[in-house]
Amino acid sequence: MNAVEVRDLHVRYDRLEALTGVSFDLPEGTSLGIVGPNGSGKSTLLKTVAGLVLPSAGTVRVQGTAPRRLPPGTIGYVPQIEDVDWKFPVSVRDVVTMGRYPRVGPFQRFSENDHRAVARAIEALDLGAIADRHISELSGGQQQRVFVARAIAQEPQLLLLDEPTTGVDAATEDALLDLVRGLVADGLPVLMTTHDLDRAAEWFDRLIVVDRKILADGVPDEVLESGAYAGIREHTHTHGHRR
Amino acid sequence: MIEWLLAPFVYDFMQRAFIAALIVGGLCSTLGTYVVLRKLSFIGDGLAHASFAGIVIAYLRGGSFWIGAAIATIVTALGIGFVHRRANVSLDTAIGVLFTAAFALGVFLMSRSSRATLDLQSFLFGSILGVSRDDLFVVLGLGLVVALVIGALWRPLLYTSFDPVVAQAAGIRAGFIDYVLLVILALTIIVSVQLVGIVLVAALLVTPAAAAAQLTQRFVPMMLLSCAFGIVSTIGGLYASYELHASSGATIVLLATVIFFAALTASVSRRPRRVP
Repeated sequence: MNAVEVRDLHVRYDRLEALTGVSFDLPEGTSLGIVGPNGSGKSTLLKTVAGLVLPSAGTVRVQGTAPRRLPPGTIGYVPQIEDVDWKFPVSVRDVVTMGRYPRVGPFQRFSENDHRAVARAIEALDLGAIADRHISELSGGQQQRVFVARAIAQEPQLLLLDEPTTGVDAATEDALLDLVRGLVADGLPVLMTTHDLDRAAEWFDRLIVVDRKILADGVPDEVLESGAYAGIREHTHTHGHRR
Repeated sequence: MIEWLLAPFVYDFMQRAFIAALIVGGLCSTLGTYVVLRKLSFIGDGLAHASFAGIVIAYLRGGSFWIGAAIATIVTALGIGFVHRRANVSLDTAIGVLFTAAFALGVFLMSRSSRATLDLQSFLFGSILGVSRDDLFVVLGLGLVVALVIGALWRPLLYTSFDPVVAQAAGIRAGFIDYVLLVILALTIIVSVQLVGIVLVAALLVTPAAAAAQLTQRFVPMMLLSCAFGIVSTIGGLYASYELHASSGATIVLLATVIFFAALTASVSRRPRRVP
């Protein structure tokens, strides 16, 4: 069974067609990378799978269900830029603990299992030493690890990561890679956007190239050797120049 | 000393005023934690003003004050949420439009009425000394409802206050939680407006929580501190106004403001690096 099925997806923002006719599958227990130039609709695609953006046409199914009808806690999402108030009165541990909130009902107390999941996530992202720090006292890499830890603590059945390696140090990137490979090996499907084409083969079982529509879909090495890869390189380059 | 402390309590109306001050102070300042963290200060102010339209209509029609205020305030609260979500209007603009409209409607209706005009002063600063037994029961009942809702939903309320996007992706209905918060905010404001007035409600929703935010970086301590500051302000302010023969509402607001600046000073001297 497929964890995610996207069929002929169209997404519009006002008059702008962000995605047009996108279709792909994410089988259970595999990782799928999404690459494409800036403004190609990668993040929009992830948000649509998360149920945060509604399709103007086509369907998105997560475990056979529309994202918004899934039971709470199914999708773990780590956005590219955490647009949170860094003065908000919460510690690292508080944020990771929020991962369990969708799974705990009104007036219900945290179970042994909830506490264990939080402890495991803190351990997995090596946050033990800074667990009681306020979130304003973290480096960029630490912030990213906290939000990944929150998603892991949720014990989701689908993990969505939006450019988790952008702006983090090499050690954090290696740690995230190990973590994601481990989660996928344990059967968790992962959908992730990235700019890092060089290590795509290490991260992903399959890779799709997106620029409003799907330009290529296959095993990372094959996709990168095809023309779609060169197209992106140029594209990204010109984008960089214009800014 | 004890005699001095108990002096105001020889009057029934003072006893009721102190009970009302305790409940309203605790309720507003507790809810104020969400108001401050979600940057909704303007909403609290807006809803308090909006309730005025309902009060005037109820007064002119000889209807129940509570029902009039409840309808006006809840409709405005939901209207703000709806306009903001559906139309391409920023939240502060939606509030700015709707609350001035509701307040103007109240003044318009009052100005056209041949009946004796309402005492505007008492709606701005309240008439806590005029609280009746029935008022107290309504306040207590609505206070319990609000406390129950916060108790039931405090996790999704906290998650959506901090990170609504990720909370929604995880399956928490962020939009629904927003509306629930607006409704309990409206209920709290309705309860409080008659007792302490429009200006005081707006102050109690913001000032104690803002003071607490200066002193702690954790959520639960912030909520407890805010509640404590709210109660100290209302009870202390009531005492002070009794002794000074001053307006109770204004004294309460001024005391809350003194606490805020004391907290600000304490936090600035503790964290000199943070000063720009």
